[in-house]
Amino acid sequence: MVVEDRVLDAREKIGFRLRGLYSGYGYSRYRMSKFEEYDLYSRNRDFLFSDGVITFTDTNGRLMALKPDVTLSIVKNGKDTPGEVRKLYYHENVYRVAGTADGFREQTQVGLECTGDLKRAEIAEVLKLAAESLRLCAGDFILEISHLGILEAFTDALSPNAQVKQMILECAGEKNLHGISRICRESGLAEGAEEPLKRLLGLYGSPRAVMPAIRQLAAENGVGDLAGELGQALTVFTGTELESRIQIDFSATGNLKYYNGIVFKGFISGIPGCVLSGGQYDALMRTMGRKDRAIGFAVFLDLMERLTEEAEKDA
Amino acid sequence: MLNIALPKGRLGEKVYGMFAAAGFECPALLENSRKLIFDNEAAGVRYFWVKPSDVAIYVERGAADIGVAGKDILLEYRPEVYELLDLGVGKCRMAVAAPEGFRDDSDRTLRVATKFSRIARDFYTARGRDIDIIHLNGSIEIAPILGLSDVIVDIVETGTTLRENHLEVIETIVPISARLIANKSGFKFKTEAIERLTAALDKGGKTE
Repeated sequence: MVVEDRVLDAREKIGFRLRGLYSGYGYSRYRMSKFEEYDLYSRNRDFLFSDGVITFTDTNGRLMALKPDVTLSIVKNGKDTPGEVRKLYYHENVYRVAGTADGFREQTQVGLECTGDLKRAEIAEVLKLAAESLRLCAGDFILEISHLGILEAFTDALSPNAQVKQMILECAGEKNLHGISRICRESGLAEGAEEPLKRLLGLYGSPRAVMPAIRQLAAENGVGDLAGELGQALTVFTGTELESRIQIDFSATGNLKYYNGIVFKGFISGIPGCVLSGGQYDALMRTMGRKDRAIGFAVFLDLMERLTEEAEKDA
Repeated sequence: MLNIALPKGRLGEKVYGMFAAAGFECPALLENSRKLIFDNEAAGVRYFWVKPSDVAIYVERGAADIGVAGKDILLEYRPEVYELLDLGVGKCRMAVAAPEGFRDDSDRTLRVATKFSRIARDFYTARGRDIDIIHLNGSIEIAPILGLSDVIVDIVETGTTLRENHLEVIETIVPISARLIANKSGFKFKTEAIERLTAALDKGGKTE
């Protein structure tokens, strides 16, 4: 039976397109059980997008959770594959407290996880797939890319105090440069100590425009190798149609307990929030006793309800 | 065209003055009319007045590209927005106030009346102090006078209302002022226009 395109809503159409894209790149489907033991999520609460998890007691007395996240499940249920790469994609509903709203909501996500002995090529491929995913949703999109290792090095240089660092990182995520200065002043740091970090956060835009200055600033601050790693990964877009849609922006941050290295977020014109989020999460793998490296992302399909027909046609 | 949400009231009018001085004027905004939305196509701006506590929602949800909100609202609701500039107006502080001569008895749960539950909870959690939050929507000062609470957490501007009711500030939590905020997605697609406006406000319109 052939399903006619006109009977599908925007979310369904995009969901199927993305599945086609990922399977075309050798990703196989991961089907998640609706329920997992609550312990998995309670030990990794910081990784979850929202605090709330729907729980219930199973017939055998175990406390179970209705899936709030897919990545944690994939990491928990996977095994290390030394010398190999494992590619999985998923199309699942998760149950979360959405933003400032009261109560739980069912949210549909399509995403992928690439784990194992990752080299540059796999990281570059995932970045390319993130951009391609956005292109399949709408014509006018931006994929913003950051490197947490660089951002962390600049904040580490400011203060060894974890609480101060956390506050500075939160300000970085808000492009709140005056807030960074205030925190540094109130923490008794030397006047102007925050200037390199503020310069880094001010360097956003296309890789061609800002990468030379980032390389120089990173080298001056002892992390030239990480800037080189970022620049190398971005070459996957050089000379392609996607290049004009890529921006470097160090305000794209993530929880340092889980994410490391390259992180990214996707935006579509006309949709107010981030529609795609992902990055390297080797740190999460270590937390869960895994040795493999990992990178992945999720596309939040519920937000696609707001896509205009024109935007869809441009996709 | 940049959609700009301004807070209704005296602060909003002052802030509009800063936008106008920075080259983004729209005189119709100050006329006494029933209009809700005001355009200046030449300047590339569209203003609308909203309740001050709603500005962050309009911006977070993308109905406005940018807006002006108090730091108190940003700390309480934590909207997913960029905070681009401290405009240096609407200055006040978030403070703990109590009846004159109040001494905190750490043996007892501290009853805190406030409109800003999250700010109060974060402040006392960081100190490990056990508190009972009493969420009120207004006339917070009356709570300790009537014995409803031990202290209040509220915005203090001059302190006159507190003094007249025999209350005093016992601790400042955080200084507050108006902030220029932007929708994260809108910023990506209207970067140049938002940067131009932010720079102009930073240079000319911002007051101390």
